[in-house]
Amino acid sequence: MKEIALHLLDIAENSVSAQASAVEIMVCEDLHADRLEVQIKDNGKGMPAETARQLGDPFYTTRTTRKVGLGIPLFQTAAQACNGSLIISSQPGMGTTIQVDFQHSHIDRMPLGDYPATCLALLIAHPEVNWRFIYRQRSPGSSQADEFIFDDAPIKEILDGVPLCEPGVLGYLRQTLEEGVGAIASSAQAVRHSLIPN
Amino acid sequence: MPDIKSLEDLKRIREEAIQKRQLKQETGHVQITVGMGTPGIAAGARETMKAILEFIESRQLANTVVRQTGNIGLDSWEPIVQVVIGSEPQVTYGKVTPFAVTRIMEEHVLGGKIVKDYLIE
Repeated sequence: MKEIALHLLDIAENSVSAQASAVEIMVCEDLHADRLEVQIKDNGKGMPAETARQLGDPFYTTRTTRKVGLGIPLFQTAAQACNGSLIISSQPGMGTTIQVDFQHSHIDRMPLGDYPATCLALLIAHPEVNWRFIYRQRSPGSSQADEFIFDDAPIKEILDGVPLCEPGVLGYLRQTLEEGVGAIASSAQAVRHSLIPN
Repeated sequence: MPDIKSLEDLKRIREEAIQKRQLKQETGHVQITVGMGTPGIAAGARETMKAILEFIESRQLANTVVRQTGNIGLDSWEPIVQVVIGSEPQVTYGKVTPFAVTRIMEEHVLGGKIVKDYLIE
């Protein structure tokens, strides 16, 4: 995968396969601590500790058509190559949380990529799931993070049965996600430029 | 969170969508399924889906549902798109780039003619 956002899409699909009815994706670019952290949290069926330990093995998979499951091992390798890690927390019946972090400035860190496109793809692909997307950015020298939160629950309540694939609704979702993430990213960019000495 | 103003916009969008449905005759239902397993995503399935959604949005297509499927075991053909129009049999396309999306949407979904260049038999 060439973007972290594509790994997020891949991992979130696992959450849906685990019968999650609610999934939250959090992305935090902490330029102050020089870390990029992502978290995918679901309320799916979870797994025992022995299974969680095996997820980094590419030859472990729940798929029956193939003997290989590459999503988690590839993401883990990418994080470890950037002074980072992938941690799985899960219990049967209690859902699963995957936390992945990277050194933000590491030369080998792949870009975050098109996070809004990942969010929109998940919203449309799995309308029965409650999706929550968070994007946070903390500038160097700042004590606080700016945050954008998208929760589809109030949107689905208002739509009251009108499908998400309705053209007007698609435009609304796309714009809300792109503008929400963009606003946080650009405000941090402005702070970063103001800190560059002349 | 979406602010109050934008949720008001959404209410208006909902009303317009309902009115459009009441005016439009029931045309054939279209279901488009995009393969979103790990190999699909690695091959560009997100961009494929994005192109499909952009086409629906810009051309104001009604009665079109976009879904996903996992890995169907045709990794080298990814990104894969399956199209079902009304009660016609499912048509499976492979190597569906955003460019291929435009052809499939125009020629098959709107024009009713299967695009042989991308068809997987």
